[in-house]
Amino acid sequence: MFEGYSLAELGSIFAMQGFAGLILFSVFVLMALGLAIIFGQMGVINMAHGEFMILGAYVTYLCSNFISSTAPALFPAYFFIAMALAFLASGALGMLVEWAMIRFLYRRPLDTLLATWGLSLILQQVFRSVFGAREVGVVLPDWLMGSVAVTDTIEVPINGLFVMGLTIAITIVIYAVMFRSRWGQGVRAVMQNRVMAGAVGINTEKVDRYTFGLGCGIAGVAGSAFTMVGSTGPTSGQLYIVDTFLVVVFGGAQSLIGTIASAFTISQAQSTMEFFLSGSTAKVLTLLTVVVILMLRPQGLFVLKVRR
Amino acid sequence: MTRTPNSRFFGRLDGDIAGILLLAALLIVVLPLGLDIFRLNMVGKYLTYAFVALGLVLCWGSAGILSLGQGIFFGIGGYCMAMFLKLEASSPEATKIQSTPGIPDFMDWNQLKALPWFWEPFHSLTFATIAVVAVPALLAFIVGLAMFKRRVGGVYFAIITQAFAAILTILIVGQQGYTGGINGITDLRTLKGWDIRTDEAKLVLYFVNAALLIGCILLCLYVRRSKLGRILVALRDKEDRVRFSGYDVANFKIFVFCFAAALSAVGGAMFTLQVGFMSPSFVGIVPSIEMVIYCAVGGRLSLLGAVYGTLLVNWAKTMLSESFPELWLFAMGALFIGVVMVFPNGLAGLYQQFIAPRLRRPAGRRTDEAAGAPIIPPHTAAD
Repeated sequence: MFEGYSLAELGSIFAMQGFAGLILFSVFVLMALGLAIIFGQMGVINMAHGEFMILGAYVTYLCSNFISSTAPALFPAYFFIAMALAFLASGALGMLVEWAMIRFLYRRPLDTLLATWGLSLILQQVFRSVFGAREVGVVLPDWLMGSVAVTDTIEVPINGLFVMGLTIAITIVIYAVMFRSRWGQGVRAVMQNRVMAGAVGINTEKVDRYTFGLGCGIAGVAGSAFTMVGSTGPTSGQLYIVDTFLVVVFGGAQSLIGTIASAFTISQAQSTMEFFLSGSTAKVLTLLTVVVILMLRPQGLFVLKVRR
Repeated sequence: MTRTPNSRFFGRLDGDIAGILLLAALLIVVLPLGLDIFRLNMVGKYLTYAFVALGLVLCWGSAGILSLGQGIFFGIGGYCMAMFLKLEASSPEATKIQSTPGIPDFMDWNQLKALPWFWEPFHSLTFATIAVVAVPALLAFIVGLAMFKRRVGGVYFAIITQAFAAILTILIVGQQGYTGGINGITDLRTLKGWDIRTDEAKLVLYFVNAALLIGCILLCLYVRRSKLGRILVALRDKEDRVRFSGYDVANFKIFVFCFAAALSAVGGAMFTLQVGFMSPSFVGIVPSIEMVIYCAVGGRLSLLGAVYGTLLVNWAKTMLSESFPELWLFAMGALFIGVVMVFPNGLAGLYQQFIAPRLRRPAGRRTDEAAGAPIIPPHTAAD
């Protein structure tokens, strides 16, 4: 599969595909972080996670339309407003869902899976009714257009760089929230021992609700970032949900580092192979490898040692 | 379905057997008399999903293993049958306008020059029939062996089976020359020279399908009432205790998973025969999880409930998508949420709760099994 390319060309191909992989990696990480918080910390399978992401994407789309028509002066910065709104919208919906549905199902993880799948179907249809079945895209402000030429043969698009920077920033924020704040300490305490955490005065129900809201909010931000690199349709979320679950499970469900490492491995493998093989073969090989590794090592790459 | 004249002969089995007789009467007498051949063929199509739902009752309801990949087995069963039928439809005479006569048309379109090796054995109906059951069962065995021996269960198992469904769909769609791609294997005509597209053939196939389904229900009932069935329930409720009692839990799980896979595959093969094609749209994540809802609506603990649930959901789907297509996804979503939150035991649960006590009162005794079963397993495979 390598014949016909010189060494320098191969290097450039790997660099460019590697960069394309990094964009995929960013989307994976943003989606998987939210999912890892919900699944890893709470043990809840949220099949509607993709739809929370798409909600964020649509909020960004609305915001971009609204600002370009009413306040064009703000347009270069609209993305940051949109991101905050996407976080709030998805987070609020997440908390509502937790209150109305998830909290009754904590002891039945498989049933949560089915119920959230139902939720995802409903949300998809809502999106379709409101925004139409066709995919929508946002207009990027000028400063996000174009690309930077690193060498003669390697060019990287600016929007990709921006999404990556965003991912890094969000990851750091989440790390700080989960591992350096008092609230995050409460979340981890509830995860490790719910009864004991309740006994020392942590309001576990409240922690659950906000954790779920946070996870969904991050999905909304992921959707917001997603509009930078792709267009949004009612069913776009579903395309990513299985991949994202594999990322989370592969990384070890309770480890944020693991999630990032596995998102990196999977996205890089997929995009590098995609250049040399057909897209579907690359995807099959990647998924198959992940599944086989998971069979050999069901606990995932990184394991958090917790006394049970 | 209270007391058939036969009840004293069946002793304590009367409830279930009477239910099966009632279902058989409905499927074999009432529906064929009441529906035209188009609708009957449609019911036949729904009933092929009931095989999957039966498998899920055993696998998910009894043993607590939720597989979100039953579409894989349904699809493989269907494809095995479709491959045989396609080869028969692509005889050299019928395909002489192709650049390579004698191979299926989609292979010709994809510039294949010879039949791939794994298609060769499907010239034989015997082989195809065995493959319908054996290939999915073998695949389920490998997956089950790898997962259950390592004590992977619950949601992990669900996600990984789902990933397999995704993989298989991508593979089928991607390998167009070998599988027919997104269109699937279409234009199937005859089975050993017998035209399966005529109304008469559809009627015969419907009865074969109904009879097979009744047979499978009896088989499932037998499995459930055997000692093995009781161990499955035990390991659903308290896996560790079963393990500590000296049973190899994994073997039981592998068995029930393979059994469910084989049942689904039979359904898939019957689907191909009755509908006349097979495509990846019956394999992937979405159809697989829809099959779970058939079982859940009927009642995950009830074999008969699964059949009625399948019929009801599919009938509703057809009705709604004919008249209000945009409502269907709302209805489906609401069904998923409702069945989990409001009536977790589905139709069978409602029957047990509201109708059965009234019917039973004159008799003054309980049927065993379902009436005594807990509404929801305390923690279905949280590990």
